[in-house]
Amino acid sequence: MHNSVIDIEHLNLFYGKQHILKDINISIPAKRITVILGPSGCGKTTLLRSLNRLTELDASVKMSGKILLNGQDLLSSKEDVTTIRKKMGLLAQRPYPLPMSIYNNVAYGLRISGRRKKKFLNNRVEYYLRQTNLWEEVKDRLREPAATLSIGQQQRLCLARGLAVDPQIILADEPTSALDPHSSRMIEEKFAELKNNYTIVLVTHILRQARNIADHVIFMYMGQVVEQADARDFFENPQEQRTKAYLQGQFY
Amino acid sequence: MNWLKIFYNRKLRNKIHHSWMWISLGIVFVLPMSLFIGLMWKSAILLNQQSVFDLLFSSEWKPMAGKFGYLTFIVSSVWVTMIALLIAGPVCLLTAIHLTQYAKSWVLKIMAPVIDILAGLPSVIFGVWGILFVIPLLANHIGPFFGKSVSGYSILAGAIVLSIMIIPFILNILIEIFQTVPKELSEASLALGATRWQTIKFVLLKKSSAGIVSAFGLGMSRAFGETIAVLMVVGNVVHLPSGVFQPGYPLPSLIANNYGEMLSIPMYDSALMFSALLLFVIVLIFNAISRLIILRSSH
Repeated sequence: MHNSVIDIEHLNLFYGKQHILKDINISIPAKRITVILGPSGCGKTTLLRSLNRLTELDASVKMSGKILLNGQDLLSSKEDVTTIRKKMGLLAQRPYPLPMSIYNNVAYGLRISGRRKKKFLNNRVEYYLRQTNLWEEVKDRLREPAATLSIGQQQRLCLARGLAVDPQIILADEPTSALDPHSSRMIEEKFAELKNNYTIVLVTHILRQARNIADHVIFMYMGQVVEQADARDFFENPQEQRTKAYLQGQFY
Repeated sequence: MNWLKIFYNRKLRNKIHHSWMWISLGIVFVLPMSLFIGLMWKSAILLNQQSVFDLLFSSEWKPMAGKFGYLTFIVSSVWVTMIALLIAGPVCLLTAIHLTQYAKSWVLKIMAPVIDILAGLPSVIFGVWGILFVIPLLANHIGPFFGKSVSGYSILAGAIVLSIMIIPFILNILIEIFQTVPKELSEASLALGATRWQTIKFVLLKKSSAGIVSAFGLGMSRAFGETIAVLMVVGNVVHLPSGVFQPGYPLPSLIANNYGEMLSIPMYDSALMFSALLLFVIVLIFNAISRLIILRSSH
C-alpha cells in the first residue's frame, strides 16, 4: 500500500431521511489514479462531492464521520472551506465553462485568491493551457467566450482551470460521459500523465475506462463500499461475490 | 358527402385551425401597428403647426393660447421613473440574490405568493397608500429633515409609490433568471475556492447580466406608463420641476386628467394624442435599448 492522502473513516451521509453513504472506510493513495466504480445511484458521485464539501451546499444533507486529508479532518476542520476546496480541482460530468473568456476561465481561480499581476497570469494561463493540450488550439482566441469552444475543448479548459489553483488532488466525476471517443481518450491520457504530480480520484461506471487507467479501485454498491484493492488484484482476483457479478456484466 | 363526414374531415379541420392561428397572430401584430398609426394620425394636426423640437423642448403649456410645450411632462415622467428604478433596482437585485442563493427553499415558497399578491394589487391601492403614508412622511419628516417645507405631493412621492409597484414585477423576473443559472456553474466556481459572494459577483450576475438589464428595462417601461397611483400623489402642477420635493406632472397623468374635458379648445385633442404618442415611442425606445443590450451580450 502506498502513502495515502485521503483516509475516510466511518463516513455516513443522509439526504433528508435517505441514507446515501453507509459507513464508508477507504484510503486513497497519493499520486495514483483511484477509480470509484459502481452502478448508477450507488452514491459514488456523492462520495466524491463530499471530499471537497460541495455536499454541504444542500441544507438537507447531514454528514458524520471523518474525512482525513493528510491526517487533518476536513469535516471538523477550522480551516476555511475555500482553502480546502483549493486543494482539489473538480472536473464535472459536463463541462461548465464560466461565463467569461477562455483566458479568464483559467485565470479565475488565481484572481479570486488575489493574484493579479498581468505577467504572472499570462504565464500561468499559457502553462496550464499547454498542460491540457489546448494552447495550440486557442492561443489566437484567448479573449473569446469559453462557450465558443467544442465540448471536448471545454472539458480540457475546465481541467486547466482546476489545475491553475495548484491543487493536490483532482476530483473527476465521470468526466468523459459527455465527450466523443477522441476527446475521452485525450482526457484519459492526460490523467495518466497527471498522476505523476497529482492524486486523482475518478468516478466512473465505464468498466473499460476503469481497466484502462485505474491504479486503485473502490467498488461501491447501494451506498456501501463492497471492495477496494489495487487495480490488478481487483480485476483479476476479485474477492467479493458482488464484485465478480459486476465485472461479468450481470448488473450495471 | 354527409355533414358528419365533412365535420370529421381532418384535413379540413387542420386548415380551419391553421387559419385561426393566422388570425390571432394578425391581431397581435396589427393592434399595436394600428394604435401607432392612429396616434400619428391624430397628432398630425398639432405636428403640422408646430415643430417637434418646439413641442419637446418648450415648457410653455398654454392650451388656450395654442402653446403646447411638453418639457414639464417629459421631465416629470423621466424623474419619477428614474428615481423609482433607483430605489427598486438594488432592492430587487439583493432580494432576488438572497432568495435564490442564500435562503432556505421554504422561504422562497412563502415569498413567491407574497410577491404575486403584491404584483396583482390594483394600482389605486398603492395610490391610497401613497396619500395616507408616503405624503405625510415626506411632509412631516423627510422634507423638514432637508430643511424644506413641503406639501408632500411631489416627484419623490410619485417615485416612491412607483418603486413599490414595480418591485414585485422586476423581482419575479430576476428570481426566474437566477433560477435558470445552472447549479453546476456556481459549484464550478466554488470548487475553485471562490467564496459565495465572489461566485455571485463573477458567475451568477455575469451569466444573467442580459436578463437583469431586460428586467430593469421592462420595469422601466411599466413605471413610465403607470398612471393612476402616480397621479394621486405627484401633485399635477404644470411647472417644470427643479427638485424632487416639487410637484410634477407626468405624461400619463396629463392624458388621464384631461382627456374628455376641455376638448372644445382647438388642437387640445390633438395635443393629448401627441402625448400618448410620446409615451408610446419612449416606451418603445426603452424596450429597444434593453433588447439591444441583451442581443449584444449574448454574442
